[in-house]
Amino acid sequence: MSNVILPELGEGIEKATVAFWHFRVGDQVSEGDDIVELVTDKATFNVSATASGRVKQILIEEGKPAQIGQVLAVIE
Amino acid sequence: MRQCHQLLSCKLKDLGLIGYPEAFSVQKQAVEDVIRGNSQMLFLCEHPAVLTMGRLGREDNILLSRRDLQQKNVDVLRIDRGGEVTLHSPGQIVLYPVLNLNFFGRDLKKYLVNLEQVAIDLLRDFDIVANRIEGQRGVWVGKEKIASIGIGVRKWVAYHGMAINVNTDLNNFEMIKPCGLDVRMTSIQKIRGTEILQETVKEKLVGHFCRIFQLEKI
Repeated sequence: MSNVILPELGEGIEKATVAFWHFRVGDQVSEGDDIVELVTDKATFNVSATASGRVKQILIEEGKPAQIGQVLAVIE
Repeated sequence: MRQCHQLLSCKLKDLGLIGYPEAFSVQKQAVEDVIRGNSQMLFLCEHPAVLTMGRLGREDNILLSRRDLQQKNVDVLRIDRGGEVTLHSPGQIVLYPVLNLNFFGRDLKKYLVNLEQVAIDLLRDFDIVANRIEGQRGVWVGKEKIASIGIGVRKWVAYHGMAINVNTDLNNFEMIKPCGLDVRMTSIQKIRGTEILQETVKEKLVGHFCRIFQLEKI
């Protein structure tokens, strides 16, 4: 299983808002696919899938905040 | 991260007056190219009048009905950048850098601050003192906004960018609450009281951009 984590985005950025999931639970993803888009300040940032497999869990809904380092999704 | 003395190469392309969707298509391809390891890119252009909304932009920041906008031939496009609604129109210079932020410290805030600095230093060339306002991304002259910013990032490659009002018809901003704020917009023309040669602005802009981002134009 692989966790998709919100990485460090830069100095002073502690969180971002989940804007758009490119995949849903149950979908197949390939490692490196853009899996989720988040918004912070004036930037959208796409997080890539950390492994190939099935999206097992989406932990943060669209419109909700996520902290840097937080697990956003799980791929199995 | 690269050493301070290393200059990255950057290709410059002036797209001229180009529709927003066409310019976005060009950017998307450039993002793929830069992800693959090709040189950084800087696109400059102007757009026919169009409203763009960031991913979480609010519809109530558009002050005209869709019907009224249609009559004015102004499309509304929701796009994958940060920020609220903004207007692009002729007389505004838009820059779309496509930069691999792996070479710039993977720091979104620093990238945005540096983009703002490009505009601030450019405006100084026109004897305009511009500033940032804490908590409000973009570039301001006093309390009036002169440049708006919004970026997207995929695989740490940044795209979208910044729009600077040069000879923009500022009346067009009455269609929206720019960037979701009760803000007045300004332009180099309005401040200087005379129309400014866009080509002169572009030349200076590229110079400041390459200097601040330590790029060698190719």
